[in-house]
Amino acid sequence: MASKGDLTSALRARRQDILTSWLRQLEQASASAKGRLSAAEVNNQATEFLTLLASTAQTQDVSGFGSEGWQPVRAFLEDLSRQRVMAGFSSDETATFIFSLKRPVFEALKQEVGTDAEKLSNEMWSATELLDKLGLHTIKAFQSSREEVIGRQQMELLELSTPVVKLWDGILALPMIGTLDSARTQIVMESLLQKIVETESQIAIIDITGVPTVDTLVAQHLLKTVTAIRLMGADCIISGVRPQIAQTIVHLGVDLQGVTTKANLADALALALKRSGISFTKH
Amino acid sequence: MERIPILRMGEFLLVTIQVDMHDQLALRLQDDLTRAIEKNGAKGVLIDISALEMVDSFMGRMIADISGMARILDAQTVLVGMQPAVAITLVELGLSLPGVATALNVERGMTWLRRTLNASGDDDHIINR
Amino acid sequence: MTTSSTGELPLRNEHDIVLGRQSVRHMAQQQGFSLVDQTKMVTAASELARNTVIYGGGGTLKWAMLQEGSRRGLRLTFEDHGPGIPNLELALTDGWSSGSGLGLGLTGSRRLVNEFEIASTVGVGTRVIITRWK
Repeated sequence: MASKGDLTSALRARRQDILTSWLRQLEQASASAKGRLSAAEVNNQATEFLTLLASTAQTQDVSGFGSEGWQPVRAFLEDLSRQRVMAGFSSDETATFIFSLKRPVFEALKQEVGTDAEKLSNEMWSATELLDKLGLHTIKAFQSSREEVIGRQQMELLELSTPVVKLWDGILALPMIGTLDSARTQIVMESLLQKIVETESQIAIIDITGVPTVDTLVAQHLLKTVTAIRLMGADCIISGVRPQIAQTIVHLGVDLQGVTTKANLADALALALKRSGISFTKH
Repeated sequence: MERIPILRMGEFLLVTIQVDMHDQLALRLQDDLTRAIEKNGAKGVLIDISALEMVDSFMGRMIADISGMARILDAQTVLVGMQPAVAITLVELGLSLPGVATALNVERGMTWLRRTLNASGDDDHIINR
Repeated sequence: MTTSSTGELPLRNEHDIVLGRQSVRHMAQQQGFSLVDQTKMVTAASELARNTVIYGGGGTLKWAMLQEGSRRGLRLTFEDHGPGIPNLELALTDGWSSGSGLGLGLTGSRRLVNEFEIASTVGVGTRVIITRWK
């Protein structure tokens, strides 16, 4: 498979030359990378990658990038992309890592193939195909990693914006603020239920003072949360029910099934304390 | 034959469900429990499902049935320890088990049972003297 | 979209329902589903598996672990050659309030998954396909 004078042999025999030329290209390109990765790190990665690429090309078909045998190369690029995402690189900055390899490889091919124009153009075509696939894989992996990070950040934001507060021993409060959409309500519900179990709280107060509108969907979500809390063995009080919301709930025909509601958090807390058998005396 | 063990705790019976029950086992439990309530004159039944990672409509209906049967035999049932994921799923499934009393754990369940039975005013049921 | 792994299990009796549940739990975990999503999928599978055994006279559960870009999913197909469901429309809308086990299993499961497909012909059989994505 590996005959002298082709891409595979070029990668093996002229690896050092390719590396030197590539590192030079990367150095020039990284002038805009704002020093997020040290030159040493980039050099190490390039060296490691080229070695991997060259050795893989010796045993695998260079046109079979999707096959099992190329997995180590794909994995390397995925790790690289992930790292670049974390370091705040853009997708094209990351892809430059691969695409700047083209020129050095072409130069090496010219040296390796010699004067056979047809052979040279075939090998250059193989090289282009391979490097394009490597580049595309890198970009795809970059986007995947980026999406993962964004997804994670969104979750964290969601959790931060609806903290569950312990008001007293056995009494939790969940102040809901802003509009409630399906995804948010689900996360919030799960987090509240989890906290109830963890703290063995008997009463959970859901305060909707900060929720501007309550439509059927929101009302249903609230109802589901209340039902789930009851199934687990705790009680629920909904506070912050303004007259308009009360009207909406009735007009929508949503049956709150005997859930206690209070106009504000203070009243809800008073009730919760009473139910818990706690009373305060003024001195 | 496989059976779920029923423990006697004073005037109460405690059932801890820890295995992924197949339907026959669930029905056998129902049978055993009703017999045990009668045999022991039990006034309360605690069903501990804190180890269950799933409750489907069959299980849900079985629990509701046990609660109903127990009531006819003059015993109160409390379902304890439902996991959050299970509660969320059951509600989404459309089951809310309205006639079934619930508690966070066995201890709370027993406290509630004692309080409820005391309040019934029947001398025979007073446990804390 | 690629299917990374497929397989099938028989659904002949209640023991198969339990085995089916356990397999689905395992697969949902493998696909990285959250605990709540795992539970929803396992519960839906339990409902549909029971329908297959009890109303369908037995059948099969075919599963497929899916990969669409960075999204991972799980697809389950419940198939039987039983009597079929006569009033499918009715079973899907009214089933749960009518109290019949079959109806509750269908409408309930539908709410627990992202994609729900059902085909049923009287005298021929029933097939339900449910999919959940991470």
